[in-house]
Amino acid sequence: MSSPVNDKTLPNAVSNLDLEAPDKPYLDSNELIINMGPQHPATHGVLRVILKLDGEKVLGTECVIGYLHRGVEKIAENRTYTMFNPYVDRMDYCAAVSNGLGYCEAVEKLMNVEAPARAQYIRVILTELNRIASHQLWLGTHALDIGAMTPLFYTFRDREEILKIFEKYCGARLTTHAFRIGGCQYETYAGFEKDVTNFLTFFAPKIDEYETLLTTNRIWLERTKNVGVISAKDAIALGVTGPVLRASGVKWDIRKALPYANYSKFDFEIPIGTNGDTYDRYLVRMMEMRQSMRIIEQAVGGIPEGPIMGKVPKVIKPPVGEIYHSIEAPKGELGYFIVSDGSTQPYRVRVRPPSFVNLQALDIMVRGALVADVVAVIGTIDIVLGEVDR
Amino acid sequence: MLTSFMSYLGSTMTPGQAGNQLWALIYVLIIFAGVSVAVICMNWIERKALAHFQIRLGPMRVGPHGLMQPFADALKLMLKEDIIPAEADQFVFWVAPLIGLLAAFTVYTVIPFGPSQAVSDMNIGILFMLGVSSLGVLGIVVAGWASNSHYPLMGALRSSAQMVSYEVAMGLAVVSAVLLTSLHGIGIYGVTGNGDTGTLSMIGIVQAQQEQHVWFIFKFFPLGLIAFVIFAIAMVAEVNRAPFDLAEAESELTAGFHTEYSGLRWSLFMLAEYAAMIAVSSIAVTLWLGGWVRPFPNLLQGTAWDFIFSLFPGLTFLGLAGVALLGTVRMPSHSFFKIQKIGLGVFGMLLGSLALLLLVIAIAGRSADMSLAARFNEGIGYVYWFVLKVAVFMYLFIWYRATWPRYRFDQLMSVGWKVLLPISLGVLMLTAVVGVLVK
Repeated sequence: MSSPVNDKTLPNAVSNLDLEAPDKPYLDSNELIINMGPQHPATHGVLRVILKLDGEKVLGTECVIGYLHRGVEKIAENRTYTMFNPYVDRMDYCAAVSNGLGYCEAVEKLMNVEAPARAQYIRVILTELNRIASHQLWLGTHALDIGAMTPLFYTFRDREEILKIFEKYCGARLTTHAFRIGGCQYETYAGFEKDVTNFLTFFAPKIDEYETLLTTNRIWLERTKNVGVISAKDAIALGVTGPVLRASGVKWDIRKALPYANYSKFDFEIPIGTNGDTYDRYLVRMMEMRQSMRIIEQAVGGIPEGPIMGKVPKVIKPPVGEIYHSIEAPKGELGYFIVSDGSTQPYRVRVRPPSFVNLQALDIMVRGALVADVVAVIGTIDIVLGEVDR
Repeated sequence: MLTSFMSYLGSTMTPGQAGNQLWALIYVLIIFAGVSVAVICMNWIERKALAHFQIRLGPMRVGPHGLMQPFADALKLMLKEDIIPAEADQFVFWVAPLIGLLAAFTVYTVIPFGPSQAVSDMNIGILFMLGVSSLGVLGIVVAGWASNSHYPLMGALRSSAQMVSYEVAMGLAVVSAVLLTSLHGIGIYGVTGNGDTGTLSMIGIVQAQQEQHVWFIFKFFPLGLIAFVIFAIAMVAEVNRAPFDLAEAESELTAGFHTEYSGLRWSLFMLAEYAAMIAVSSIAVTLWLGGWVRPFPNLLQGTAWDFIFSLFPGLTFLGLAGVALLGTVRMPSHSFFKIQKIGLGVFGMLLGSLALLLLVIAIAGRSADMSLAARFNEGIGYVYWFVLKVAVFMYLFIWYRATWPRYRFDQLMSVGWKVLLPISLGVLMLTAVVGVLVK
């Protein structure tokens, strides 16, 4: 009898796990090669991880991506700058506002225009709300992966309040397309500030509620402490950014390091961890939610009057040149590299998606760990396959 | 046959003791039907309770408040295509769910719902119970093996490792409870008993608690309590429920040992799991919580108190009927809800009439004579208190599932070997020492 899964059907491109095993007797004691995904409850979409196992111990992993590839970057070359704007929302669909902000700012930088102050404030408020929403989604699914079912529903209940604000602002809940090149399309609706302030008062006790469920939960601690450890050196070497990098103790947040929008006007801290394990990443994200609330609180009190769109021509034709602009998306550094040939369509758009780069760290984090840790680590990296595969 | 049927009615023994196979068969059928109904109820309650823990409504569409959902699911599962994977070991794949199911249901032969409300009073009852309920794991291991697939195999291995690490602590906790049964007629309890010999019989264990006037959970406080807690933890691991549901860990192994199972076979696994949950809860109730004995049998003595406690079953059903009828009243008046409203009303009426029947029996049987009504009333009381105590555990199972993340394989082992085993060993020795000293 042959081995239950025919390992030889795997493409040669993914062979650094030494998958070319000779015909083995049925259920021998060699390493087990197992496909986690693309259809798996805990791979957050269609990620396929090929695991090489010794019993439950992980000897190596191989990520196979591309199941959600839609050619977003190529699409950009056949769209005008304005037409491409909604596409970026579909990359990290959990943080569509951040994606839009990064793209709009990159094009603005290319055209050398700036969004007016009022638009900047609205952008910051919505982006930070989106950061909270993204972290809520992460927390719920991450806890579900580790086996705690209940936090998911709590986070979804509270995320709903943010989505309601988005819906009232621009009509969409998830893929918001909230910003336009040069500012915002929509003026804030009557009661926007009140809604946001209400959300802040509503949400402050809810974070405590999540923390009551998990932060000191003995099983949660055992499942997350010293799991998926990545050192600061390794994290930097692999280009890891965002909360994953900060949990390893590196104080790198683009909002502070290379301020964009008007983040330099707000007073907030960059939470960092020490051990670089799953628990630290959890704590960092929890603290980030609180910091986001601080930023929103400051921003919502100081929205200036004025126009919401800068002086942008009807037809966007940036001068010949290239630009790289990056922002701190909820998952890490989100960069846009845009090459313009002076026409209405970009010559080339390249996106640096945080999930894609952070996913590289999976192998280093789970080597030597157990199968159960793999799902914990996939959860803690906080990937969105729409962004990984683009 | 009729004489054999009638002769047992006046008996105070279990059918097994009386050697009455006919009544034993009747008991088996009643228990089988009762457990199946309990599993159906548990299915619905778990979904509703879990949903309410998680701020959602749970099933609401099939029948009023989703009451018909378990039936709809059972029907669906029975009608589904019966798939056996081509590479699976056909016979073993077929037999695996049956092993689990048989093990789960065989245990019920010795569970004492009352002093004579059991199929048989085996003198090795507790050993039989532990032995047979552990066989349930065999079903899981065999299922994982026969599926010939990676995830089920890992689930099966996890399950066997889990059983090895928890059975020992569980067994030691049980032994410390069995030790307590040998303390008849000694110490502060001052009750006459049959000497120094303990018992392994399930009925005997409950009677020992009755004679010592204390549930074993409170005996030699806190020793009894610790042993009980160890058992309560180990029994969750034994039946593969959260936070020890490693064998089917959905987010890790997709569905663990039953990944390849579908339809009726899968539902047999579920039936076995829930039946096993009830069975292990019954062990805990029998060993530490006084089995069928009603609360405060010595403090609140006398026929008046007996009568008041015998009203409880009726009042419980009256309460349930009240909830159902309240739900009927609160149902929206839109015509969409008409059928649901009628359904819930009829259900409430059924519960109400059951409640009335129970109350009538309680009133008719309140005299302490040996009339049929009195005996019937007594039996209902035993079963009621037993089921109520088991129901508390069933609720705890749901509560655990809603609250805790899942343990990892190695952590589960270390909890079993490094925490529970030493504690249970210590408790066992202390119990023995204290028992001798008290004497």
